[in-house]
Amino acid sequence: MNNDTFEPTIIGFTCNWCSYRASDLAGTARMKYAPNVRLIRLMCSGRLDPTFVLRALSSGADGVMITGCHPGECHYIEQNYKALRRFLLLRRVLKGMGIEPERVKLVWASAAEGAKFAAETTTFVEEIRKLGPLNWGKTDGGSQTVDREELSTVHRPSSEMEAIA
Amino acid sequence: MSEKKQERVGVYVCHCGTNIAGTVDVVDVAKWAQEKLGPQGVVIAREYKFMCSSLGQELIEKDIKELGLTRVVVAACSPHLHEKTFRTAAKNAGLNPYLVELASIREQVSWVHTDKAVATAKSKAVVSGAVSRVIENRALDEIKVPINPNTLVVGGGIAGIQSALEIANAGFHVYLVEREPSIGGHMAQFDKTFPTLDCSACILTPRMVEAGTHPNITLLTWSEVTNVAGYVGNFHVTIKKKARFVNEELCTGCGICQEKCPKKVIDDVYEAGLGYRKAVYTPFAQAVPNFPVMDKENCTYFIKGTCKACEKFCPTNAIDFTQQDQTLNVDVGNIVLATGYDLFDARRVSNYGYGRLPNVFTSIEFERLSNAAGPTNGNIVMRDGKTTPKSVGIIHCVGSRDKNFNNYCSVICCMQGLKFAHLVHERTGATVYNFYIDMRTAYKAYDEFYQRVLEEGTLFVRGKVAEVTDAARNEREKGKLIIQTEDTLAGKQRRIPVDMVILSSGLQPRHDAKDVGKLFGISCSMDGWFTEKHPKLDPVATMTEGIYIVGCAQGPKDIPSSVAQGAAASARVLDKILQKEIALEPIKASVNQEMCSGCRICNGLCPFNAIAFIEDDKVTEINPALCQGCGTCVAACPAGAISGTGFSNEQIIAQIDGLLLKNLELA
Repeated sequence: MNNDTFEPTIIGFTCNWCSYRASDLAGTARMKYAPNVRLIRLMCSGRLDPTFVLRALSSGADGVMITGCHPGECHYIEQNYKALRRFLLLRRVLKGMGIEPERVKLVWASAAEGAKFAAETTTFVEEIRKLGPLNWGKTDGGSQTVDREELSTVHRPSSEMEAIA
Repeated sequence: MSEKKQERVGVYVCHCGTNIAGTVDVVDVAKWAQEKLGPQGVVIAREYKFMCSSLGQELIEKDIKELGLTRVVVAACSPHLHEKTFRTAAKNAGLNPYLVELASIREQVSWVHTDKAVATAKSKAVVSGAVSRVIENRALDEIKVPINPNTLVVGGGIAGIQSALEIANAGFHVYLVEREPSIGGHMAQFDKTFPTLDCSACILTPRMVEAGTHPNITLLTWSEVTNVAGYVGNFHVTIKKKARFVNEELCTGCGICQEKCPKKVIDDVYEAGLGYRKAVYTPFAQAVPNFPVMDKENCTYFIKGTCKACEKFCPTNAIDFTQQDQTLNVDVGNIVLATGYDLFDARRVSNYGYGRLPNVFTSIEFERLSNAAGPTNGNIVMRDGKTTPKSVGIIHCVGSRDKNFNNYCSVICCMQGLKFAHLVHERTGATVYNFYIDMRTAYKAYDEFYQRVLEEGTLFVRGKVAEVTDAARNEREKGKLIIQTEDTLAGKQRRIPVDMVILSSGLQPRHDAKDVGKLFGISCSMDGWFTEKHPKLDPVATMTEGIYIVGCAQGPKDIPSSVAQGAAASARVLDKILQKEIALEPIKASVNQEMCSGCRICNGLCPFNAIAFIEDDKVTEINPALCQGCGTCVAACPAGAISGTGFSNEQIIAQIDGLLLKNLELA
């Protein structure tokens, strides 16, 4: 597939207090950004169970954007630090699984940073576009036909992970 | 998961006039939802011009009743705008309000994308996600907890006093805790207040006395809060009452002990280092309460084991050298934090020479110099204690609006600088220069005061002062302090020799604000001020229910704003007290103790102390009233024993699948 015409699908996790409000602000201010990200609102980035990310990637997402309050500004005092810790670990796990860790990104965005939210989203979409489709979970009955053989060499561990995710 | 009662979902797609319909084919989205999401349980999908209008709401209510809907998805604006509206509509129709989900296709789709086909496709995905999620929603009930009618106010400055008085006057009990020996705060140190030039003590001390004698106020000075447990309505507070070595029951406040005490100590708190106090002292004559405290570190008896002059002369035998620190436990329903500010330490701006050049003064030193009750009886004199300055330079924005120190504007320093200019003029007739970056004189009668000071002949130089030095370059500069500055209006460098320099220092968060924030479970901003719930619409509440912040603890502000905030927080506290009980959002974590392995991984994760380990059963328990619902522990539990209402794993995973349209394959 030509990466230039590839439109990635991205799941974005947002914190109810900052980044979700940043996305609201981007909307209110009519800022335009790439339409590839679909958001899920959590109460806090600390709620983000890393298996959610694996679930999204195995269900057809090409990338996952995790967003939260800036360090020191967490609505729940310090839970975004826990999100940061999990994010760093998750990236290593992904690498071990043969998935580019760059497919998961962490962005801090306060409720006032609608512009940052919009810009980061657009940048991330371009980054994922360059990486190309992930095609995890599309080996059995997905809409896209993928060479099973090729997939098993590229993303071998992903089929093992499916049971977990 | 598969053998489950089929839910009956209604999907309502809003046009929002053309706000959504202009970019999203709403008719197509509704049609698609009805057709494609039918197997999931969507029994009806409608679109309407304004879903939030009363007609739109009636449409939903009617369907709930007539079609027996068990779940509702409204594809419209952000949940932060109309979630409550649609939840209430559901409630009116007899459906639990937590069985409603909003799919934001305005803020997240129509307003941020331009291509109609793409926007419509994304809207479908967002609706699909919400439908999958809402099926996993569970009916929730608000949690009600009783409110203890007592209130704790921490900090006895003007904001705290105001807050305490308002609540006490309404008939409820207040514990007013102050770290220093007397209430009054910074305002008690000031001479005049801008812009009216009221004598600070004249307007403050009656309030202090009122607070000190109010039957509904328990005044705890020389005391500090050491622990806070519990939650809104039910806080348990531990207060350390430091030993005064003076029996408050017996002391009459006559002041003989202070008179007789042979030990003089430089008073670097109240007198800002310009005056002396005794080892046993009240910080100032009008202190409330008027009982002195003994400064153990300087008292001759405590150092050498002999003296006891105070004890000998005390007419009521109130001196008690054996007194110990006391620990008090009080239960309160609400807490107001009025912990104030620290003055920016002008030594940090070394090029202004404070601490090195004797005749450079800080703002608080000048306040004491100009105060009739101060160390010089109100005579504005130089460091030698006798020479009246003939020329004075006042430097604004010291430590504020400065990338090297604090980025923020300290709000009060412009008016403070103008006040100083006026007082110097009035009392000494000296030539006064004000060095400012921008003159910020907002609020009532402030700019008029600026005009007045201008007319009095104060000279204004616009520019940031580079340096204050005593290195003279010519005869004119000899023996003077030379202010080297850029004059941005004239476009040149100036060297202005003066006798005395006053630094209008900025305000800073208390040095221990972070610790205090931790103690009470609230957060600080990047600058270190306590963070309010909403910067505009909720400036005195915090993210922790039942804890309010007033005065400079929240950010730099002047006296009227501090008083207003003190009163505002009281209104919020009284509102809570009068409700007698409070409904808490039912977004909470809970532990399935059957599944809990007692690994304690979650135990250290909660900043609200909601998670406790039951040693006997070797399992963890979450206190629902303390839990704020962030869900960090839910995500951390390796056994999956913790679940979070409102944001359960099932809900989120269903939403992920729905957003990726995986539900279409599954159904």
